[in-house]
Amino acid sequence: MPSYVIGEKCDGCKALDKTACQHICPNDLMVLNKETNKAFNRDPSMCWECYNCVKICPTQAIEVRGYADFVPLGAQCTPLRSTDSIMWTIKFRNGQIKRFKFPIRTTPEGTAEPNGGFATNDDIKNGLLSTEPEASGFSELPTIK
Amino acid sequence: MANFETVEVTTDVLIVGGGMAACGAAVEAAYWAKKNNLKVTLVDKASVERSGAVAMGLSAINQYVGLKDGENTLEDYIRYVRNDLMGITREDLVANIARHVDASVHLFEKWGLPIWKDDEGKYVHEGRWQLMINGESYKVVVAEAAKNALGDENIYERVFIVGPLMDGDRCAGAVGFSVRENKFYIFKAKATCVAMGGAVHVFKPRSSGEGLGRAWYPPWNSGSSAYFTLQAGAEMTCQEVRFIPVRFKDAYGPVGAWFLLFKSQATNGIGEAYMQTNRDELENWQPYGKVKPVPANLRNYLMMLDVMDGKGPIYMQTAEAIQKLSEAEPDEKERKKKLKELESEAWEDFLDMTISQALLWASTNVQPEEKASEIAAAEPYFIGSHSGASGAWVSGPKDLAPEDYFWGYDHMSTIKGLFCAGDASGASSHKFSSGSHAEGRIIGKSSVQYVLDNQDMPNVDNSVIEAMKATILNPLDLYEKHSGETTDPDINPNYIRPNMFMFRLQKIMDEYVGGVSSQFKTSKTNLEKGQELLEFLKEDASKLGAENLHELMRCWENVHRMWQAEAHLRTILFREETRWPGYYFRSDTPKMDQDNWKVFANCKYDPKTDSWEMMKRPIHQLCD
Repeated sequence: MPSYVIGEKCDGCKALDKTACQHICPNDLMVLNKETNKAFNRDPSMCWECYNCVKICPTQAIEVRGYADFVPLGAQCTPLRSTDSIMWTIKFRNGQIKRFKFPIRTTPEGTAEPNGGFATNDDIKNGLLSTEPEASGFSELPTIK
Repeated sequence: MANFETVEVTTDVLIVGGGMAACGAAVEAAYWAKKNNLKVTLVDKASVERSGAVAMGLSAINQYVGLKDGENTLEDYIRYVRNDLMGITREDLVANIARHVDASVHLFEKWGLPIWKDDEGKYVHEGRWQLMINGESYKVVVAEAAKNALGDENIYERVFIVGPLMDGDRCAGAVGFSVRENKFYIFKAKATCVAMGGAVHVFKPRSSGEGLGRAWYPPWNSGSSAYFTLQAGAEMTCQEVRFIPVRFKDAYGPVGAWFLLFKSQATNGIGEAYMQTNRDELENWQPYGKVKPVPANLRNYLMMLDVMDGKGPIYMQTAEAIQKLSEAEPDEKERKKKLKELESEAWEDFLDMTISQALLWASTNVQPEEKASEIAAAEPYFIGSHSGASGAWVSGPKDLAPEDYFWGYDHMSTIKGLFCAGDASGASSHKFSSGSHAEGRIIGKSSVQYVLDNQDMPNVDNSVIEAMKATILNPLDLYEKHSGETTDPDINPNYIRPNMFMFRLQKIMDEYVGGVSSQFKTSKTNLEKGQELLEFLKEDASKLGAENLHELMRCWENVHRMWQAEAHLRTILFREETRWPGYYFRSDTPKMDQDNWKVFANCKYDPKTDSWEMMKRPIHQLCD
């Protein structure tokens, strides 16, 4: 199954106010089994392998096993996402390991100002949007000549 | 009826959806609403931080026009889109999005999206219109700005919107339910912005097991925008213009960086470059066959000709491309450094947006610098923001729109108070993530303009709402009533579960409407048979059964898909020519007919009479 939960590592996010994987899954697939207090992917065939549950899990209890109907066994892509970068460890079927690190954002989390610091437009009737023309970088609305 | 509390939310501007277009609408509407003491509410079936098509991330921004630096003009972008869509595009809408898109990209950068820069501080282009980004958190930063603009108290997450609320010919909001608790939601609004994406899984995908979920476009895009606008009675356009992406085979990793940045070549199984060997075929599709770049559907078609001739597999010659690029370096040390850099860029391209492809490479021991990888045509998708064009027919802006494309408010549908952006609005292809955000910003402002001109709250009769509630919750009731009657709740003659309903839809579309198994070919007789089978499915939609809230959402998602399917089938049947041969082929009308069909094929569903109307609309060119 595309994303799977390692029972030993999952603590049901008992320290948080909601289960992280259940909160983030764009397709409403991750569920907490209330009896075992462990999460699971309820419909692997609807999983996009977007890895959002893997990235968000506070105990690193979630991994992905490639779609069994076309992906040979044995490989793994493991992310470690911090506030400004992500580190990937790629394990090949033949045992080879590759590591890559990429930036993910240039500003501190939570600080995105809706107007981006650009001067705002006050005229509801004109064709310019709220941060234009400054955010566009020209002085007036371009048109077709 | 299942016991659900009814929650009523009253607002001025309602935004349905949480992806790029919805987030654009949120930042813009919130700004104008605050100035005018209005309220803006956003409702999303997922968590805005990671919802929509950019949920996983992206490795490029595909629309940046570069107007401020004089890199391109609006006319350049119009010509690019017009030619790629074989002449069928709303040039006023394309130009309007193009003149606002750069501002969206500049905002993304301020919010914290890392955009690649060269030594002079200029954006690194993947192609003429495309920028390279470190886009793992693209959606996270865009959502953050939207949330900061709206405030958490105005955002409803995990609420699935089923359809529109109407007051005569005006949209009055939306109805849906929580997928977390037994609550039925009514959102009453003076203006509604629809941005719930396109549709996936209308056609049978190539994978049949777990890999079903590895669609190119995400499986949670289930046709909700199309259903919403159709049920409101809005005129729809380009419902026949599906998109079939050619991507790395099976895991659907992106090919843009390989073709554009790495200048890689694609060949058939015996090493022939099909774009060269099959180029004579382009003569049959003039004037579009001769333009550069060759339209996406024609590139697909030249490849498909080889596949149909048994000359596969088709390969992206990755090793050759990387070798060429690194050999351009002057010495051994520089070559090694360049090779390392290219390798990292190649992997990031997948890890930022299609991690499955990286997993497939690793599991088959593929190193792109050593070995070519297969590419293939995927299955049909409905995505008006890409090289498809399906969506609602919306008003252009006053200063650009010809008279018959203009009815008052930018990107408002033919229904009063109903605005559309991203995949929800049609005939304005090639807006991608950034242009969808820009179009969201456009309707964020125009919807507030509309509310200021129409201050009265629409009226909806309570009996209408009660009837909608009963219909929407019916799958839970049916399952509850009958599931105990058989020993296996999956097999029960009184209801159909949503996954089997979806498979039935996919089989009809695949076999009769030009899916993968019919090599994307169809004809009048095939379409008519498909329509007959689709009618049975429509009747059986009232027999959908749901065990829980998650399945109730699946039931309605599949009803949404079914309506997208019907609009598609009817429009392919209406357009008696073949215009996009690499997307679908009408074998009974195999040629392009510029005299009769260089027009938009639009359709409209009338919920009052349960009937469809098909119509032609003229194409107006705004430049040479």
